Amino acid sequence: MAPIYLDNNATTACDPAVVAAMLPFFTEQFGNPSSMHSFGNKVGFAIKEARAKVQALLGAEHDSEIIFTSCGTESDSTAILSALKAQPERNQIITTAVEHPAVLTLCDYLEKEGYVVTRLGVDKRGRLDMDEYRAALGPRTAIVSAMWANNESGTIFPVEAMAEMAHAAGAQFHTDAVQAVGKLPIDLKKTKIDLLSLSGHKLHAPKGVGVLYLRRGARFRPLLRGGHQERGRRAGTENAASIVGLGVAAEQAMTHMAFENTEVKRLRDRLEAGILAQVPRAFPTGDVTNRLPNTSNIAFEFVEGEAILLLLNKAGIAASSGSACTSGSLEPSHVMRAMGIPYTAAHGTTRFSLSRYNTEAEMNRVIAAVPPVIAQLRKISPYWGDKGPAENPEADFAPQYA
Amino acid sequence: MWDYSEKVKEHFFNPRNAGALDSPNGVGDVGSIKCGDALRLMLKVDPESETILDASFQTFGCGSAIASSSALTEIIKGKTLDEALKVSNQDIADWLDGLPPEKMHCSVMGREALQAAIANYRGEEWKDDHEEGALICKCFAIDAVLIEDVVRANDLTSVEQVANYTKAGGGCASCHEGIEEILAKVAKEHCTAPTAATRATPAAVPAAAAAAPRLTSFQRMRKIEETIEAIRPMLQRDHGDIEIVEIDGKNIYVNLKGACVGCMMEAATLNGVQTKLVEALGEFVRLLPASQMAKA
Repeated sequence: MAPIYLDNNATTACDPAVVAAMLPFFTEQFGNPSSMHSFGNKVGFAIKEARAKVQALLGAEHDSEIIFTSCGTESDSTAILSALKAQPERNQIITTAVEHPAVLTLCDYLEKEGYVVTRLGVDKRGRLDMDEYRAALGPRTAIVSAMWANNESGTIFPVEAMAEMAHAAGAQFHTDAVQAVGKLPIDLKKTKIDLLSLSGHKLHAPKGVGVLYLRRGARFRPLLRGGHQERGRRAGTENAASIVGLGVAAEQAMTHMAFENTEVKRLRDRLEAGILAQVPRAFPTGDVTNRLPNTSNIAFEFVEGEAILLLLNKAGIAASSGSACTSGSLEPSHVMRAMGIPYTAAHGTTRFSLSRYNTEAEMNRVIAAVPPVIAQLRKISPYWGDKGPAENPEADFAPQYA
Repeated sequence: MWDYSEKVKEHFFNPRNAGALDSPNGVGDVGSIKCGDALRLMLKVDPESETILDASFQTFGCGSAIASSSALTEIIKGKTLDEALKVSNQDIADWLDGLPPEKMHCSVMGREALQAAIANYRGEEWKDDHEEGALICKCFAIDAVLIEDVVRANDLTSVEQVANYTKAGGGCASCHEGIEEILAKVAKEHCTAPTAATRATPAAVPAAAAAAPRLTSFQRMRKIEETIEAIRPMLQRDHGDIEIVEIDGKNIYVNLKGACVGCMMEAATLNGVQTKLVEALGEFVRLLPASQMAKA
């Protein structure tokens, strides 16, 4: 039986139309878009076309607001470092406790360099407290960086409202939207968002290409200086083939947006309900009423995530876990800890993230495969007896996530 | 995906001796659900010969934790307690044809469970004396706690020394930034020189400068000298020193001497002294190493 891929928040398969559009740029269309001759010129036009397609997907007002980069991480770093360089009189970064490491690790580093970093906490469903946010904003806030949707739980942040508030404080607003783009309708020209990161490989384009949206007029300092590519805002010869691929992927995402929010969502809901109906002591994490249509993150109590993934993998199912069991850092995912998910459950969180390529038959197979995997691991868990938890390992533990 | 050996995979998918043992006479519980790793080892020991007749485990943990538990029970069955106590965590890892460095702690947990179970059988109390930190060196599986302890115990000041004492950083070298951070942290603890941990707030200095009375060049020079003189004893206590080389407008050039030269805290020391000078003078000045004089 063909393996089932439910790890689309990690990366997605390239759309065949994307691959087909890219291939000529490895062979006859090899020119450098900066060149004067026809070899380069054609590639230049192809990039222009791709830029327009990304502009349409993001609802950007101008195509010059789209800067192609190498990945989401580069876009995040460029955005945050630019805001600090361009506004030396401001030294505070506001972000959230549940951001991707692309933002959090950079902020940890900048904190050591002397910048002030404020990390907003979340409640047990992964939601921000807007009052805490309002109180954190001040005359020294250089930039606010908040993700549009969380990669682990799928929880959506109110970034449009947050951008308005940041502007009122004179700060720039950046959103890491790598999980949201292509899954949620976005119309940037109607928002106050200054900077947005997207990553090609999360929406069926290849790895190694990303975008930084930069609102016209927002103060900016490039990360990479050199040639005049991307109007001098991101030097380096364009990754032409991948940019062309991303353009097609953006177009496809527009076409499938409704499908993503109806059919993919329906399959996700079916999968989640099917698993929860059969597995006791399991609950979905995050804000289940306000999350990405493709993501379900389920906490299975008293079992460990890596063990679940290895057994699922053996059953031909690819999922992912927030648990990173490595020496000395046996802490479960920072997102689950920020939501206050008890340790008894946080180690067993498993993420199923769908795409438009998944089918009903696949969901049925996963619904059948998961319960015996959990039962098998609980059977050898010291925290689990014949009928349920052997004893209450955390006396104060009373899950209220159902 | 981890690079698990075939034997690790085999013992994870088909663990031996998993589940509760009927009336064991030695039980060892180690780890905790908080850490994501917990192991209960149950032994049936023959009181006459002290031979381990049967062993079983219950484990909450990742693939290699379950495989290590399974391996442990297979290794110790039939051994006497004294023989079993000679089993090291490396023996468990070797028996499984190796574990990734990030997962060596799984074998350590197995070894600890064994010690705990035997202590329980003998009516002794077993204490976990092992504290584990974040993994720094992946080539030799050395964690932060070990490096910090060795740095502190031997007054180490360089990455090279750390590699000589612990092997950490002696392989691919990609963990050198992490080792330098530990060195800086320890150095900071017993460094008595003034240091500035955070960037000076940008707008604060001009405001103070406006309020301060203007000094003559001579007064200003004297003030700088007095401030530096007051700081010198602190540096000398750590076998370091500082001397003024040149005062050029806003730029004050100094030489750091003795133990301050090449110290991990050099930049922080300069920053701290600079802060003191800014406070004393009521104007913004830059403190620079004399080596930068030519460039200015």
